[in-house]
Amino acid sequence: MAKASRRKLFKFGAAAGGALVAASARAATAATAPAGPLSDPWGHSLGAGVDDRPYGQPSKYEKDAIRRYVPWLAQSPQADASFTPLQDQPGIITANGFFFERYHAGRVSVNPAEWRLMIMGLVEKPLLLTLDDLKRFPSVSRTHFLECPANGATEWPAAQLNSLQYTHGLIACAEWTGVKLSTLLKEVGLKPNGKWLLAEGGDGSHLTRSVPIEKALDDCIVAWGQNGEALRPEQGYPVRLIVPGWQGNQMVKWLRRLEIGTDPWYTHEETASYTELLPNGKALGFTWVAEAKSVISFPCPEKPLTGGPGNYEIRGFAWTGRGKIKAVDVSFDGGVNYSRAALQEPVLDKCMTRFTIPWHWDGKPALIQSRAVDETGYVQPTIAEARAIMGTAPVYLNNSIQTWQVLADGSVNNVQLG
Amino acid sequence: MSSSAKIWASIIVSGLMLGTTAHAAEPGSYGVGATPTSDQIAQWSIAIKPDGSNLPPGSGTVSQGADIYGNECAACHGTFGEGAAAYPKLAGGVGTLKTQKLKTVGSFWPYAPILYDYINRAMPFYAPRSLTSNQVYAISAYILNLNNIVPDDFVANAKTLAAVKMPNRDGFIFKDPRPLTHDVECMSHCADAKALVITSDASKAGITPKTTGPVDNMQGSSAK
Repeated sequence: MAKASRRKLFKFGAAAGGALVAASARAATAATAPAGPLSDPWGHSLGAGVDDRPYGQPSKYEKDAIRRYVPWLAQSPQADASFTPLQDQPGIITANGFFFERYHAGRVSVNPAEWRLMIMGLVEKPLLLTLDDLKRFPSVSRTHFLECPANGATEWPAAQLNSLQYTHGLIACAEWTGVKLSTLLKEVGLKPNGKWLLAEGGDGSHLTRSVPIEKALDDCIVAWGQNGEALRPEQGYPVRLIVPGWQGNQMVKWLRRLEIGTDPWYTHEETASYTELLPNGKALGFTWVAEAKSVISFPCPEKPLTGGPGNYEIRGFAWTGRGKIKAVDVSFDGGVNYSRAALQEPVLDKCMTRFTIPWHWDGKPALIQSRAVDETGYVQPTIAEARAIMGTAPVYLNNSIQTWQVLADGSVNNVQLG
Repeated sequence: MSSSAKIWASIIVSGLMLGTTAHAAEPGSYGVGATPTSDQIAQWSIAIKPDGSNLPPGSGTVSQGADIYGNECAACHGTFGEGAAAYPKLAGGVGTLKTQKLKTVGSFWPYAPILYDYINRAMPFYAPRSLTSNQVYAISAYILNLNNIVPDDFVANAKTLAAVKMPNRDGFIFKDPRPLTHDVECMSHCADAKALVITSDASKAGITPKTTGPVDNMQGSSAK
């Protein structure tokens, strides 16, 4: 009986389809009519069915919210980076399709059936794991940010790119699921002189980074899950290393090998690249931790104030590789005075934290900034302070305060103050 | 069983469980995965250390390297390591690290064996791991010779590469000195409002790719 009436209802729905299409056409002719329940075409038509989009995709009205890149930054799209559209990220989780890319030899497609993880070197019992093997070990899920140390590189010499995405989009944050590296290292058994770990990728770059054993045993994850699905190919499918709070290139993608040794390997990625030349000509290496940083994501050059003077909510993100964010302060006058913003829960370890603060905009030009303070008491510096130490043209480690200039028409520009 | 006997029994059981846990920490006790053979380990083990350990047998000369480099590397890196388009320069730059910061193998890289390691694992860009050990040795010899670090008759092998002292060998600090700033959380009158000037404005730079519409590859743009 219940089944029969359900069938009836479905039949009714199908019969009514024609009438609804007519109603929608009527609504469409009233394009100039004010929005509301009488004129909305979506309320006068039948939507798409469950057979329409088996995976799913954003609204067609969100086409601007995509990863973008700066064509003049690198020699080849396969050795380049794209940027997260932070201006379109509402909460602390970066959608997998938004998550910035950084390739050294392009995005490769690894067949999980042929993937293996070799764990070798100064261990009692070397191990060769399939993906199914790896997934049999006890697992964890943790939410951590991942930032490229070159995030903000273009802004060292001057305010150059008029965009939140291009100035700050080499960061993203995800929930990672995998096996703690310490679990695997216990299974292979570290020899007493095993003090360093080498992580090696399986793509054409075979990128390698050394990790001190203390960090390897602390909170690193050999991850296969990202935000509710398998790790994306862009992020190293099927498995990448997560080294919470440390620079992104430590988190080796398409992970294929872990070797234990007595000393660092001083690989290409920790000598020839990912080191920073200081004004005295010496290069800083092993600058692993991402220092505290924050940025206002609304308003920003991509998201101006469109409604004229009045009330707005200022929103942004803060993060630190040294633990948790303790506070974020916002200035509306170029850093003369600051007010405490509210931190949105959850405030997690080595994770993006969202902050908000209400603002009554009087319609006059303003210089807005955010400044992060982490649980160690470290305060995010100004660009002038950072430049005084690092020089005028470094590449990496720019964690300085961002200034957005709000103009009287509500548009927003990236500026630097002196 | 009396209640105290129950308590003792539970303590003994927990003791046994602790014993089990301790046993679980023994290597291999989880029992998942295969033990690789020594041949498998050798095949996977491509990482070379700065002291040259794990460099494979084989050798290559500067002149052999010039030929192979011409075919495999010159299109991107230039015949003499001068670089093509925006691809990395491999030679020159000695003495520029304080100012122009031209980072090449000769001016910047601290260890010759890592040159072998990197070519072997990542080059050529379009066909990584397609070179033989002898070819990698030869290319390494040629690049070092381009930088005047080794003579024309240099033969690269496990022993000679390890013995090369690179010019910037001592140019690195591997102890992170950060944090480099130690600000306090100032809340008011933190700067002189009258002295604030805008020193740069990205809206005037004209080098930002579009932030709406399809991805902007800046083709035909005058920006660099």
